[in-house]
Amino acid sequence: MTVVEDRPETAEAPPPRRANRLWALLRNSWRQLTSMRTALVLLFLLAVAAVPGSIFPQRSVNRENVAEYFAAHPDLAPTLDRFFAFDVYSSPWFAAIYLLLFTSLIGCVLPRLRDHVRALRTVPPAAPKRMDRLPHHAAGIEGSQSPAETAASVARTLRRKWFRTRVHELPDGAWSVAAEKGYLKETGNLLFHFAMLAILVGVGFGHWYGWHGNRLLVTGADQGFCNAVTQFDDSALGPQVDPGDLPAFCLRLQDFEATYQANGQPKSYDATVAVSENGGPDQIRSFTVNDPLRLEDANVHLLGQGYAPEVRFTDRYGISQTKVVPFLPTDGMLTSEGVAQFPDVNIDPATNTRDDKLQVGFEGVFLPTGSTDGEARSQYPALNNPVLYLTAYQGDLGLDVGIPGSVYALDRDQIDSGELKKVGGERPYVLRPGEKMTLDDGTTLEFVAVRQFATLSIRHDPTQFMLLIGSVLGLAGLMLSLSVHRRRVWFRVVPAGAGRTGSSVIEAGGLPRTDYPGFGDEFAALTRSIKEGTP
Amino acid sequence: MAELSNQLMAFTVLAYLAAMVCYAAEYAFGKRSRIGKAAVRPAKQLVGAGAAVPPDAPVTPDAPVTKAKASRGELAGRIAVGLTVLGFALHLGSTVTRGLAAERMPWGNMYEYIITSALVGAGVFVTILLRKPALRHLGLFASLALVVLLGAASLIAYTPVGPLVPALNSYWFIVHVSTIIVSSGIFLFGAIPAVMFLIKDGYDAGRRSFPYTLGKRVGDAGALERLTFRLHAFAFPLFTFGALIAGPLWAEASWGRYWGWDPKEVWAFISWVVYAAYLHARATPSVKRTVATWIALLGFVTMLMNLFGVNLFFEGLHSYADAGD
Ligand code: HEM
Repeated sequence: MTVVEDRPETAEAPPPRRANRLWALLRNSWRQLTSMRTALVLLFLLAVAAVPGSIFPQRSVNRENVAEYFAAHPDLAPTLDRFFAFDVYSSPWFAAIYLLLFTSLIGCVLPRLRDHVRALRTVPPAAPKRMDRLPHHAAGIEGSQSPAETAASVARTLRRKWFRTRVHELPDGAWSVAAEKGYLKETGNLLFHFAMLAILVGVGFGHWYGWHGNRLLVTGADQGFCNAVTQFDDSALGPQVDPGDLPAFCLRLQDFEATYQANGQPKSYDATVAVSENGGPDQIRSFTVNDPLRLEDANVHLLGQGYAPEVRFTDRYGISQTKVVPFLPTDGMLTSEGVAQFPDVNIDPATNTRDDKLQVGFEGVFLPTGSTDGEARSQYPALNNPVLYLTAYQGDLGLDVGIPGSVYALDRDQIDSGELKKVGGERPYVLRPGEKMTLDDGTTLEFVAVRQFATLSIRHDPTQFMLLIGSVLGLAGLMLSLSVHRRRVWFRVVPAGAGRTGSSVIEAGGLPRTDYPGFGDEFAALTRSIKEGTP
Repeated sequence: MAELSNQLMAFTVLAYLAAMVCYAAEYAFGKRSRIGKAAVRPAKQLVGAGAAVPPDAPVTPDAPVTKAKASRGELAGRIAVGLTVLGFALHLGSTVTRGLAAERMPWGNMYEYIITSALVGAGVFVTILLRKPALRHLGLFASLALVVLLGAASLIAYTPVGPLVPALNSYWFIVHVSTIIVSSGIFLFGAIPAVMFLIKDGYDAGRRSFPYTLGKRVGDAGALERLTFRLHAFAFPLFTFGALIAGPLWAEASWGRYWGWDPKEVWAFISWVVYAAYLHARATPSVKRTVATWIALLGFVTMLMNLFGVNLFFEGLHSYADAGD
């Protein structure tokens, strides 16, 4: 049933003259590695090795979850990390398994390819002596023509049914027709296994030559960004990609529309952007969640959304600064948290020096739909009743230390150390768009407006399309391999003896070479059509 | 409409439960029934390279069975089949009304996903029942599996009817989820002949301890094994398409990457590899058929893990995986 194990031993290379232990060992290991049983064991190992990746958080999936895990299990996590528990799919042991499996695969399919090509060129083998021993057998079919002519006509019928057929005369004057069908099974099987190889190589190349970056983009002409590593919030370039290689384009989010169900579940997102590729003119394009913006060498995917309040701070000297600060959603109703930090304010125009003690920061939550009873949670994700709750702080924001901190929260260390002090009482200020809060020193913060932001993932994977083709071909091969059956039939045509009406008698035998329950019917139909079709 | 769907589901479970009782009754009484006959038929198929007798060959009683002796067992068996078909109709009704209530395909969350997969499994079973009545002895296990699956879905995973989140709003959603549902339905159902084959094989080998004693009246081991293989060989390419081609296509459009080792993806990959191992094992002459069948059952366990475990234990991007909140 298996092609591999039926294969006659073929010496790959002439045996070395002196018994060379090392050579023998190598050859035996290679045989072991390329055996079906080893493939089976390796497939199993692959399945088992994939399990931890679903149990432990993975860096490639979600870095924050990994950080949380480290915080929750400070003793265990570093040990697990040493065994790549958080990078299972890029770990050496995972790679070892699939590389062994694929080595085994190469060692297995190359000889099979050679054998298959050979089988495609050799004629079907001659019938066994005793055809009645075959699993399927029919005798006594009569033909009116001479054995040679009858054999030719049988062969014609078989060829019409896509059998590969050989007709030859036997020494005793009888004629034999040998036929075989179902070579596509092995062709399909090989196609499938080669497709697996192609997919592995394709995934590897995609990893080396691909890149991606994430970016939170707020609506408005002043908030655009151009494709460069420095403009991403985070990014990952493949080992073969240079930051200078990234395709040049710029994006501005012109409009973002979200609609929701009555229960607050999002129904649709729609982003409209102005794109300029390679310095060309702006084009207006729109895209949505399942329908990314496809640019020349990158795709822009819409992942999520949120709100960015626009606030204007006016300092002691009457100088204003406006900022658009994205607040991060913390729940499905888009209750969002964030900060507005103003390090460069309250600079005395007379001395033109900045006093770190006079820096100002605001921290709080934004609710797209605030409730009437002042609950600090949004009631609905759309902007039905936007409210901003803010607490003001004054002092050193700690932004100059050089450690990149969160842009969504104030520096806790500065607050704990007293460098940054809460001002304006315990209760947060409540602001609606257009409203203003005034601090004790007369400085003001105005909640000017709310804008939308979209979180975008910008990606390029050069082998993606090739992988799709590879997997479709692989699937086609798999289906052929599983649905086609290899079978052989033989017909022996002998001159009719005395007392027969026709001039020849046909004996038929059939052998399915793979598990094929329908062969009996096929064989019966075949002999019937031979009986009818033979003059 | 949603109410109707839930009520139909309750009746569905009851019908399958009643069918299960009848199958059990047939099993207990059924010495002279069709099943008994099928069980004592000589295992011709085991001779020769599994090629001698097509399993499609009708299983005819060896001797005419007298009316009187066609017994309570036979009657119970027929009622069981009737109840199974009734259960399937109710099941179909419940699934369709669920879809109507939600105004979309009924597979937007874990509850719907499970009832629809189970519907496919039940459909395969009903088809087999109608085409090859001799395989009725699968009924006890099949109805048990349906009752457990649907019961678990209703108790653990029930979710009120609701619309889809934007990420699910795509035609790839339909292609991806429907092919996976159909293939998992067939895989899940394929575990039944697999278990029965193992039981029967053990019984034939002379084991008489508990699960093997069930093999006493079960049909031919070779036929069960071939049925197992054919179901798996049919479902495997479909699953390959749904999980490893349509899934990544959709993931690329939606999340920007075709494969990201999200827990659902991991477990689909694991199931796929395990089922590939099963097909390998079955094609390797030096691996025993029982061993291969155990691998198929391992595949079944990984499917269950993906159906229930991943949704309940892990957090991932597959938003429809949220269980009942
Ligand atoms: C990347 C890992 C592999 C996967 C996913 C895989 C998958 C499969 C699948 C699904 C089949 C069933 C199709 C059929 O029965 O025709 C199959 C068949 C087969 N595989 Fe693999 N395979 C892998 C590696 C290997 C290796 C390493 C070998 C050689 C040692 C091998 C040799 C075979 C052979 C000979 C068959 C045909 C069995 C038959 O006669 O039907 N495969 N493989």
